Parts: sequence; C-alpha cells; structure tokens
Amino acid sequence: MSAGIDLENVCCDFGSFRAVDNASVSIRPGEFFSFLGPSGCGKTTILRMVSGFIEPTEGTIRIGGKDVKGTRPNQRPTALIFQNLALFPLMPIWENISFGLEVRGVDKATRRRRAEELLTLVDLPGAADKMVSQLSGGQKQRVAIARALAVEPQVMLLDEPLSALDLKLRQHMRAELRAIQKRTGVTFIYITHDQGEALAMSDRVGVMSQGRIQQIAAPRDIYDNPVNGFVASFVGENNIFEGEVGPVSDGMAGLSGPHGRFRARITPEAQGKQVRLYVRPEHTRLTGTAAAENSVEMEVTEVAFEGAFISVHGVAAGGKRLSAEVKNDGVTQVPEVGARVFATFDAARALLLPDANVRG
Amino acid sequence: MHDLIRRYGTGLTTLFCLLVAFWLLVLIILPNFSMLFESFFPYLPVADQGGPKDVFTLGNYEKILANPIETAWFGVPVTIPIHVNTFVDTVFFSALVTFMTLILAYPLAYFLAKVASPRSIPTLLLLLFIPMWVSEALRAFAWYIILTFNGPLNAALKALGIIDQSIRWQNGIVTSYDAIVIVLTYCYVLFMLFPIYTAITSLDTNQIEAAEDLGSPWWRTHWRVVIPHAKPGIASGCVMVFMLSAGSLLVPTVVGSTKANWFPQTIYTWFNDALDWNTGAAYSMIFLLVCIIFVILMMRLFKVKLSDIAR
Repeated sequence: MSAGIDLENVCCDFGSFRAVDNASVSIRPGEFFSFLGPSGCGKTTILRMVSGFIEPTEGTIRIGGKDVKGTRPNQRPTALIFQNLALFPLMPIWENISFGLEVRGVDKATRRRRAEELLTLVDLPGAADKMVSQLSGGQKQRVAIARALAVEPQVMLLDEPLSALDLKLRQHMRAELRAIQKRTGVTFIYITHDQGEALAMSDRVGVMSQGRIQQIAAPRDIYDNPVNGFVASFVGENNIFEGEVGPVSDGMAGLSGPHGRFRARITPEAQGKQVRLYVRPEHTRLTGTAAAENSVEMEVTEVAFEGAFISVHGVAAGGKRLSAEVKNDGVTQVPEVGARVFATFDAARALLLPDANVRG
Repeated sequence: MHDLIRRYGTGLTTLFCLLVAFWLLVLIILPNFSMLFESFFPYLPVADQGGPKDVFTLGNYEKILANPIETAWFGVPVTIPIHVNTFVDTVFFSALVTFMTLILAYPLAYFLAKVASPRSIPTLLLLLFIPMWVSEALRAFAWYIILTFNGPLNAALKALGIIDQSIRWQNGIVTSYDAIVIVLTYCYVLFMLFPIYTAITSLDTNQIEAAEDLGSPWWRTHWRVVIPHAKPGIASGCVMVFMLSAGSLLVPTVVGSTKANWFPQTIYTWFNDALDWNTGAAYSMIFLLVCIIFVILMMRLFKVKLSDIAR
C-alpha cells in the first residue's frame, strides 16, 4: 500500500522568516521523489510538515487524498528516517524494529518474527539480539529502514539518511535504497543536498532554493533543461555569459555582451526577463580557430586529468573563467597550459535562463 | 598520576593528594571508625572508664530491641520495640518522600529539558533556586507557620470553601507524618530535579520524535524511551533524596507532631539528652547499615548499576 502526497500552496513561517514559500507538488503513489537543495532551502521543513512535526502556516497537505491538518505524527501513515537515524540505543535491534508494532499491541512472538523478516529484507539477518552500539554505520542505516518499514507506512520520508556514511558505503546504500523502494512499492520522499544522490535514485526531483520549489522534473530534465540559473548551477557546472537578449525566433535568441554575440535556446518562460547564457563544460569544445558562432577566445590556465575526460580551465577577455571537458579518446587534441584556443558550443546546447525564482 | 605530575608539577600534585587523603581519612573514615569503636563499649561514669566494666559488648545494639509497644500498620496490629517502630516509619516515609519528589520532579525536569524554550531556561532555573538561598531551618519554620492551626493554608482553604473546619496539619490527616512528608518533599525536590534534568537533556530529541512517528502515544514514549534513558539520573536523585530525608533532624523537629518520631531524633536523644554517645553510635551504625542495604536492594530491584549513579 502506498499513498500519493499533494502539497497545495504550502507556506511555513518561523517567526518572520518564511522557511517554505508557496510550495505545490503532487507526488504519485509509489514514486521515489527527491527534494534537492542547499542547506536552509526549506526541504527539511517540507519533510517535517508531511510527517506532522510542524503544521504549515498556510496551504493544504494531503496524504492519500486526505487532508492531514491537525493530525499528529503518530496518526499519520508516514514513517520518517532521521538524519542521525535516532535508533533507540537501550533496546536490542529487534525491539527497535518492532517498536512500531509494540505500539499497535502486536504480541511478542509475532513482533520478533516480523523483526527477523525485516532484517532479512534489509540484508542484515542474525542481528536481532545485538545492541545498536555493536553495529556499523551502514548496518544502523539498514536497521533504521527496517524500523520504518515495520509499521507498513504508505509513505517513507528520508532526511539525508546517507550523509553520515563514507563515499563507498553511500553509493552502495543508494542502490540498496532504490531496490528496497522498488520491492516494497512504498512512496519515498528523499531529502538531500547531494545532486548525485538525487539524480541517481529518483523518479522525479524537486529543486529548492530559499523556500521555493524552483523546478520539478525527471533527473534527466533537471540536468538538460533547467528552468533557471539556480537549477542549472546547483545541478552541475556551467560556463555563464552575461548580455542583452535580442529578438526571439523559433525558440532561439541572440545575446550580445562583453564577450561577444551568442545564439542559444530560450524557453517561453524566460522571454522578456533578464537572462544569462548557460552552457555545460561537456558541451563546450576547444578549437584552434574561431567557429561561425558561439566562440570565445581564451588562454588555457589549467589542465586537469580526470580519467575519462580532461578538464581544461581558461581565462577569456576581462578575466572571464571558462571550462571545457575534453574526452580522453586519444583523438581529440588536448591543449597545453598557456595555449590560446577558442571555446565553442552549439546553440542548441546553450540555454538562456533567468536567475532563481525568489520572492520579492 | 604521571599525567597529573606532568600537568601541575610535583608540588601541586602532592597538595591535591594530601587534601583528598585528609578529607577521606580525617573527615570521613576516622570519625566513622571511632563511632564504630565507641558503639561496642558501655556508657560508664568517668570513674569506671578503663576499669573492669569497660569491656567489649553488643549491649548498645540490643537496646534497640527493648520496650515493645502495641501499634498498627495499615490497620494490622503489631507488637514491636518502640525504636524499631520509629526506624521502620523513618525508612517507609523517607521512601514515600522519595516517591513524591520523583512524581513532582520528573514532569518538571522533562519540561525544562525538552519543552521549555532554551532562552527561558536561565530564568526558570533561577526561580527554582531562589528558595534554596534561604536556610533549611528558616524554610522549615516557614512551613510550620503555613501548616499551623490558624495559619495561612487553613485560612486559604476555608476562604476557597474547600474545607469548613481548620485542619490540624501537624497531627496529620492520613498519618501523623503528613507534615514531615510535605516539608521534606519541598526541601529535597531539587535534589531529584537536577539529576533527572541533566539526564533528559542528554537525550537526543530525535528519539522522542522517532517514537512518536512510529505511532507511540506520549506515555509509551516516556515509558520506553525517556525514562530508560533518564534512569541513572532518577536513581541518583532517589538515593540522594532518600538518604537526605532519612537523615533529616531539623525538619521532623520543627514540623513533626508529638506522635511522629524520626529516627535521627532518637539518635539525637541518645547523644544529647542521655549523653550516652556509645548507644547513639550503635544506633547510627544500625541506621547507616540498614539504609545502605535498603538502597542496594532498591537498585537491584530497578536494575540500576552503581556506575550509573556515579556518572
């Protein structure tokens, strides 16, 4: 059983500070949805509103179509996994996992059996009688997931649960979480500031900044078609050019500024707004001579070998920093430090985007 | 030890060790041994001291079993030596005081540690502390006045229409120890509050929220998460309040009724009125020993380790 979640114009104020501003999103049953944003962007506040620890100042939250206003966390069909996991250190693992069942009056034998089933599900059999302090970080993680699953929630809420783990374990747990989500079919709402996590695991991602949801889309769309400068910059790297935008035709527009004249895609929403040009380093080529359009001369200042590609950094006129990724395919020429080259990109790969969507 | 010497030098380290040794040896161990020693010898006129009558005896300890009286415990008639009766009453009502302070202190400690806004904590703690700036004697006398027959408590209750006849609080309504229990509870509640407050402060609030998120009602969250975490604090509070109450001389003397005898008063009578220090010492030893055994039994019962309390 899983439920969808609808947020309708949800706002949350802490005193005079607006932590969440007019957030609306429809999360489908069984979806893996991530809120991605820097710390302080309001994503944890959204999670705490859904779980019931904070009431929204304005707006409506529906879980499975039901308005949950005034319902305490212990009466909502959600289970929250805390950033620090918040396992009960004085209970053995199996009591931790079956605590939610104990609350519901399930008898001890059934609780014990269920705890062991869940331990098998999270790939941690035989840990039932251990204490929390005897487990490693990744094992505690699994226990926290099992404890949340034990109450058969319709929605699982995860508050950066992987942030305390080391890189390798984090990547492993990503895949694990995704697998558990698919196996159980429960709706997952995942909070993270790690774009890699959000893009790799999610069905859809909501990117947040300063209390506002900037964009809701599939990971691929977030990366390839960001709606504004904030999303483009938060998710991946960019070369950015300022300038005055020219007339629009066929979804393309010109931009003329201190670094020359460019042509790039423009979305209907960006038209008529102050925009800048964003292009990804991996879509930027380095050529010896200027191309017909979208070319900027720069001096190479740093060449960093990254394995599959080589990251070339340079400075253009006026101290503008640019970067390009050159494929390590043995064919493409890699310029040397001090060389003068042209950074060139296709108009179809560049986007004219307004700045972040903030209030005021 | 090497660490101490490296950090503070030989001079200061020696001073520390000597001071600790002085405190332990001269102020605690020697007086207690002297009492233990005295308790095994009879109380004699100066002329007989060191004479043939001054021999090792258990007579002082036997005195507690003298003078049986008829009394009733919870309606059951019993015949019991008068001092043993006092003794049992003292332990029982000290345990009651401990329970009362726990009932009062736990919710307050939880409120201070987890509910009250951190900015208001210094003010609240100050308000709790102010009464403690007045000496225990004055506070006991203040309660004497409050509980007296024509005192403010009776006046207030009559004005509110709760009672129509003044109550002799010091004689007690439930037992003759009512006044002592009330005032001891008041005097020692902070000794219960602070260890519990400290213990609950160290509990991760996320654990309380996690329990609630898993569907737990408030009482189960307290029973399964907060109280187990606060147990060392509760235990050290209980031991402190119990020992302080059982050892209190001043409060029972000031507010106790003529029918309420507290064991320290009995000991005091031996020392001060009978001038029989030997029997007083024997009574003190019995009292100390039985109270320690009682505390250890209680710790066993509630599965508390000594190292938990020392934390």
